[in-house]
Amino acid sequence: MVQTLVQKILARACGRDSVEVGEIVEPKVSLAMSHENAALVMNQFYDIYKGTNLDAKIWDSSKIAIIFDHRVPAESSKTATNQKLIREFVKEQGIEKFHDIRGDKMGICHQILPESGYVRPGAVVVGTDSHTTSHGALGAFAFGIGATEMASVWALGTVLNVPVPATIKVNVHGKFKNNVYPKDLILHLIGRLTNKGANYKVLEFHGEAIENMPTSGRLTVCNMAVEAGATAGIIPPDDETVNYLRNTAGVTDEIDMLLPDNDAEYDSVVDIDVAELTPQIARPHTVDNVAPIQDVTGIKIDQIVIGSCTNGRLDDIRIAAETVSGKKIADDVRLLVFPASGKIYRQAMEKGYLMDLMNAGAVIANPGCGPCLGVHQGALGDGEKALSTTNRNFKGRMGNPDAEVYLCSPAVAAASAIKGVITEPKEEKENG
Amino acid sequence: MAKVIYKFGNDISTDLIYPGRFMATVLPSETPQYAFADNKDLNKMLVNKEVPEGSIIIAGKNFGTGSSREQAASTLKGYELVIIAKSFARIFYQNSVNLGLRIIICPDCEADKGDDIVITGNKVINTTKDMEFDIIPHSKTRQEIIDAGGLIVYTRKRLLNKK
Repeated sequence: MVQTLVQKILARACGRDSVEVGEIVEPKVSLAMSHENAALVMNQFYDIYKGTNLDAKIWDSSKIAIIFDHRVPAESSKTATNQKLIREFVKEQGIEKFHDIRGDKMGICHQILPESGYVRPGAVVVGTDSHTTSHGALGAFAFGIGATEMASVWALGTVLNVPVPATIKVNVHGKFKNNVYPKDLILHLIGRLTNKGANYKVLEFHGEAIENMPTSGRLTVCNMAVEAGATAGIIPPDDETVNYLRNTAGVTDEIDMLLPDNDAEYDSVVDIDVAELTPQIARPHTVDNVAPIQDVTGIKIDQIVIGSCTNGRLDDIRIAAETVSGKKIADDVRLLVFPASGKIYRQAMEKGYLMDLMNAGAVIANPGCGPCLGVHQGALGDGEKALSTTNRNFKGRMGNPDAEVYLCSPAVAAASAIKGVITEPKEEKENG
Repeated sequence: MAKVIYKFGNDISTDLIYPGRFMATVLPSETPQYAFADNKDLNKMLVNKEVPEGSIIIAGKNFGTGSSREQAASTLKGYELVIIAKSFARIFYQNSVNLGLRIIICPDCEADKGDDIVITGNKVINTTKDMEFDIIPHSKTRQEIIDAGGLIVYTRKRLLNKK
């Protein structure tokens, strides 16, 4: 039977040769990730064992990852107490893949997992975060689940209720023009599919533009697959995947290159030629409200955010630094930069990117989710507008329902910081 | 019979149901106070217990889009609300099943605030408008989880059977 990549991964995780789209399966989990919401997972986990004489012990503590990122350092005593309880739990259960608020070890979960070599092609990855779709960039079937479902995974090592999803094949042709990036590709795709066009389905990416894309860009693309409603985004592993795992993530053991069948059956096929794309913007208040930048240039912006699990990687910070280097940001705009991990922070420091950004007037904050979900730093004032490289612009998202969020690439964010209004980056340079 | 207390359109996000700034509050016993916190009238109606348990919220397509935060389901479960929508976003749907929040998929449903609704095994009956609409049933596994009383009990049974 011919199968898509996700069918193959699920079949293997179920100990079978094949699975049918639509059937309900219970795959074994390769990696189960949580952030601060592990506090809720713990509560539900203990609940499972109530009234039994069983020991509340995680099925395999080597397969659990816990990463503090949503509110670091803690914004409130409540969060600090949750983090403290999680630390105690981590010790008690012997969880080694734990990333506390600490130097090079800290960061956003969707950067820590890839850069630490925790995600491999062919793996089943679940996370209590909707942007767990990111890890499809490395050829894994990775999807978000809720806290109670995670508690069940911790107890059993399987996910109990996974309908095998249909897959949309996305062929991405051509070569990006200067100043057009993977973020523009995924925003454009979400605009085309709508925010529910891929509901309960997988986006499997193919084509020349994907093959030539670095893993940082692939993570951006898969990160936002969920914004089209997709259960997961996935990219078949290739030489770039191996290169990233060996040279960036330090993986030394065997890498299993599971691929989809050439003649697999797809739900539908979407073709995109990136050579035709210009920078894209998602306007308030839905991510599919996408327009080419030409439609929105000149809108005055109060706060610009560069960072997040979508666009806080070294390539993103480099692009921003190169754009603002030797210039000053507009007087009445705030530019906040959140490197996605401690390692990226250090690299951006060593390469002088952070210096360029700070000289231009940026504030460099510590790695973490920052203002993206309106819970920590960088909330917006009434009536303010933000331009952000993050992934969501829902009403209230940056902490204020009376504010507006526009989404864009790091190149657009940095060019707009100089002018104080939404600006199309013009500089002629190679964007590798 | 229950009343429709509120009607939403499409794409109601988890940020509208349970804003991110309250995410440090995790326990199902504590989340209900922040239900629809940025919709002051609706929040007040719920917090002040102005509507009985079993009251109905009507929504369009893709209710619960966005985050995996389970608070979005537990906050509504706290009032034992029933959500009837044309469709639900995936993670919110799973979370609702897992926590026992009653959600009904009814693609053709027509109802307005104040309408009286009866829900049978496979129909939503709007007695005010004298109309009835088909319900799309949950998958067998989801129904088993609901019938068990949620995923915690369901998982507990699995664990005990494993031994």
